[in-house]
Amino acid sequence: MDATFRIFRGNSQGGGYQEFLVPVEEGMVVLDAVHRIQEHQANDLAVRWNCKAGKCGSCGAEVNGKPRLMCMTRMDQLPLEEPVTIHPVRTFPVIRDLVCDVSWNYEVNKRVPPFTPGEGDLWRWQQKDIERPREFRKCIECFLCQTVCHVLRTHDQKSSFIGPRFLVRAAGLDMHPMDSISRTRFLKEEGGIGLCNITKCCTEVCPEDIHITDDAIIPMKERVADDFYDPVRWLLRKITRRG
Amino acid sequence: MQDTAARRKGVGKTERRDTWWLQPLLTVVALGAFVAYATWVAFTGDNYWVEPYLSPFYSPLLGGNLGEPVLKLRWWPFTPAILVLWVPLGFRLTCYYGRRTYYRAFFWDPPACAVGEPRKGYHGESRFPFILQNLHRYFFYLSLVVVAFLWYDAVRGFVFDGRFGVGVGSLLLLAEALLLSMYSLSCHCLRHVAGGCVDCLSRRPARYRLWRWVSALNANHGLWFWISLSGAVVADLYIRLVATGAVIDLRIV
Repeated sequence: MDATFRIFRGNSQGGGYQEFLVPVEEGMVVLDAVHRIQEHQANDLAVRWNCKAGKCGSCGAEVNGKPRLMCMTRMDQLPLEEPVTIHPVRTFPVIRDLVCDVSWNYEVNKRVPPFTPGEGDLWRWQQKDIERPREFRKCIECFLCQTVCHVLRTHDQKSSFIGPRFLVRAAGLDMHPMDSISRTRFLKEEGGIGLCNITKCCTEVCPEDIHITDDAIIPMKERVADDFYDPVRWLLRKITRRG
Repeated sequence: MQDTAARRKGVGKTERRDTWWLQPLLTVVALGAFVAYATWVAFTGDNYWVEPYLSPFYSPLLGGNLGEPVLKLRWWPFTPAILVLWVPLGFRLTCYYGRRTYYRAFFWDPPACAVGEPRKGYHGESRFPFILQNLHRYFFYLSLVVVAFLWYDAVRGFVFDGRFGVGVGSLLLLAEALLLSMYSLSCHCLRHVAGGCVDCLSRRPARYRLWRWVSALNANHGLWFWISLSGAVVADLYIRLVATGAVIDLRIV
């Protein structure tokens, strides 16, 4: 059986879809089809990839409108009676064809207050303490969550919102048993956690099944509420003169 | 080669081929039907009580002329339900799952993942009125009081003329108290209070156990949201039908 692919060809100046016909074999994933096109029909097709095992996070693209890793999207999951559309992720600027410039994320990463252990702390912790941050360490930085997040994608608020990936990172650091600082002020004032309206798209696209909203963003929203929006806690802090 | 814009902006613009519109549509229908029913129930002010059952929409019965009111508020011009319903309403409106549901279905913010939105300006929950969502914890505390009264009503629903008995209404009220308890106890706020706010859980074994337990319930918070909502409607409808005489309460014991 053959499948028709509509693949974006172009660069930051613009571009359009080009159609390719590819024979589909059993067990094939979308990235295999893209490689076949690259090999036989369009040698200059730019695509970023590395591991083909869903662990490097390089081959993110929008397959039939949904942000996904191409190496983890099986052809037998797609309706092949219609052309399969592949577009570079829409939240970040296109460099060429399916390759985007995701360097904004690396700049944001530098702004997250880093891991800060307390001085003289005994470096020993229990399994119970590491369960929560360990989940966040599964992140492969594919940035699909950043891509699908409507605050970044539709409203383009990159100057005031760090996105789900870095809310996860901040949560992982804040919940670490050896970390000694709070990131709630950063998240409220620089991270823009109030812009997140918890519609869970980030969780839906995460290829590592990290419960981004329930385990990272909502717990951090609650910590921010503790420090900035809870009138009783505010009063108690005033009375006890803490904070 | 066909031209394509870098971003697809505009209401409902997407390249998705699946039925992404189905979930928001079903939500609008289901929540819209509930809101219409709850509003009608709250303002009718009759047939919410039949011995020994009290509709969950009117519990705790703070005023009114039927049944056994906790407080007799003769000056109150509306039905006693209005005195109570703001608590569960506030709890559900500020609930993290509820927010996700109505932001998607009613505000289209976004209607579905990777689908275009109607609004250009966006402030999320960082400005009034949505910044008030941060007060969800207080609605949670208040809803625990309401749930306690629902349990009282559920137990009372097994007492017929001073004797133990079981009617269909007794079971419906018991189920509703149980479902609302599960919904309340699976709340993200309780998860935070139980242990989410603690970094070093190994030093707080009791809180760690509680956090694990609430986390397990929390995984199905959305399910409890919908089932408890439906349970309230079913229980109220049954009591209403029995009160009007349309249905005779079936006694099991």
